[in-house]
Amino acid sequence: MAVSIEELQAKAKQLRKHIIRMTTAAGSGHPSSSLSAVEMITALYFGGFMKYRPQEPQWPSRDRFILSKGHAVPALYAAMAEAGYFTVEATMSLRKLGSVFEGHPNMARMPGIEASTGSLGQGLSIGLGQALGLRLDKLDSRVFVMTGDGELDEGQVWEAAAAAGKFKPGNLTLIVDQNGYQQTGATKDVLDMRPIADKFAAFGWHTQVVNGNCQANAFAALTIATNIKDRPTCIVSQTQKGFGILPLLEAEGDLNYHGKPLSAALAEKAIAFLGS
Amino acid sequence: MYYGELSGLKLGAATRDAFGDALKELGAKHPEVVVVDADVGNSTRTEPFMKAFPERSFNVGIAESNMVSVASGLASCGKTAVCSSFATFLLSNAFDQLRMSVAFPKMNVKFVGSHSGISIGEDGPSQMGIEDVSLACSLPGVKVIVPSDAVQTAAATAAMLAEHGPIYLRTGRSKVAILYPNGCDFQIGKAIQLRDGSDVTIIANGLMVAAAVDAATELAKAGVSARVLDMHTVKPVDEEAIVKAARETQRIVVVEEHLMHGGLGSVVATVVSRTVPVPMAYVNVGDCFAESGDPQGLLDKYGLNPAAIVAAVKSVMG
Ligand SMILES: Cc1ncc(C[n+]2csc(CCOP(=O)(O)OP(=O)(O)O)c2C)c(N)n1
Ligand SMILES: [Mg+2]
Repeated sequence: MAVSIEELQAKAKQLRKHIIRMTTAAGSGHPSSSLSAVEMITALYFGGFMKYRPQEPQWPSRDRFILSKGHAVPALYAAMAEAGYFTVEATMSLRKLGSVFEGHPNMARMPGIEASTGSLGQGLSIGLGQALGLRLDKLDSRVFVMTGDGELDEGQVWEAAAAAGKFKPGNLTLIVDQNGYQQTGATKDVLDMRPIADKFAAFGWHTQVVNGNCQANAFAALTIATNIKDRPTCIVSQTQKGFGILPLLEAEGDLNYHGKPLSAALAEKAIAFLGS
Repeated sequence: MYYGELSGLKLGAATRDAFGDALKELGAKHPEVVVVDADVGNSTRTEPFMKAFPERSFNVGIAESNMVSVASGLASCGKTAVCSSFATFLLSNAFDQLRMSVAFPKMNVKFVGSHSGISIGEDGPSQMGIEDVSLACSLPGVKVIVPSDAVQTAAATAAMLAEHGPIYLRTGRSKVAILYPNGCDFQIGKAIQLRDGSDVTIIANGLMVAAAVDAATELAKAGVSARVLDMHTVKPVDEEAIVKAARETQRIVVVEEHLMHGGLGSVVATVVSRTVPVPMAYVNVGDCFAESGDPQGLLDKYGLNPAAIVAAVKSVMG
């Protein structure tokens, strides 16, 4: 292993700080949805699971990451900045007029973004199309898609799950960021889609259920998934929304904390809480 | 009876058949073309391609939303992705996917809607695409083509595949008269003048072009000189041809097998009103759902025939 779990953990901490700074500077956005996804995104971009060239974002042989839960894009911008697509400083223009760091991923304005998302439910279908296209071209590239757990309410996800079961792209990996919340409450109360892994398994997918906020578990799950080449793979990544600063959000009385930035004072506390 | 017969035109294939044959033929020359269909390939006529090139064909089942986004993913890998369903299922069921997965990222997806209009007949309103052009035109950057005969459909299919970017092609189920000789010139966005005239211009597309020609034939007998424009591209519409027609004939009638709101009539009116305002009239399905019935019976009942066009012309002649 080229990179150690400790190094990934340090990277994840950086990402968390960028996410908080970015969204607080923007005065809007979805930091808690971004924070739950950090370990998986860190493992993808820095754990050696994805080949990509920041200086040549359209490199045909690259692996692709689609953030289907597009509102968590601060996590993606943070990873891309750390990977060298642009500076961390540039991402601080998030959501400002004229900035390419839009509130949701926009591939037409930013090379390296693999799908324009923000209308939940479409990313897995797009990823399936890409996986089939790459397979047709006999390219050894993999497509990773991340959805939310609330996002699974969308019927299109299941159209894609079934179709992937039919076409069996061995180069498609879905990560479900199961953070337990969606916009108006806990997923178990709004629309309980569990058991998630069983549903994908029923469509012929390889499935795993892991602690997605454990960096070592995230790494191990991706190692297993990327070694499966004969069918699509699903990682149910059990996480916590706002992971990393949970005690602070708990003190605020909102463990979902959906779609709101931290105040400047809270952000400062959060960054101190994360430590160096 | 068929539209164009009165004017001596021969009956040809349905535009969906012409599309399907052209797609298969072009597929042989263009390995980058892939097809995604949603269990209606034998209706939309993607089937000949899918049979000839199974490795490049994906039937995703009755799942139009998934179909459109899968096509987007294939296009983002450099493919020319063609996806198709009945016009109404494609545009209405998968509209957000067309918006987010196709139009917004400017994907090279060609989406083809068959079974357009009320002339599909007996299957009834649930299957009739009469809002599709309006929906497709509302998508920024999407081009919208409504060909009028089999020859033009083949040419439009080739032109569409040759051009990069999102395009909607609307085809029909019923056989239509042949308006054009093989190898005729076709350019996206360039209207074709089928008849010259000085008193009024009838602007039509799809099935209604042949009806417009018949109307012009009738009008000529009554001493009215009608120009007929085949406005096969609704977006970007041929403004030059519209302005010229408004200036030279002073009256315009727009004819389409579509609802009154947001189709060709609205598009032409927008151009006329800000350039050369002239009296206009419209022949379309109106603001209603149709019903089951035989195709010609429906076209007559909903006022989509040469007689209705003649009446509209008379209304603007004053
Ligand atoms: C099609 C669609 N409907 C509604 C929304 C509004 N929305 C944004 S985030 C969200 C909740 C998403 O929950 P989940 O997928 O669990 O993501 P999380 O924020 O928990 O990571 C909703 C409903 C949307 N973006 N797209
Ligand atoms: Mg969630």
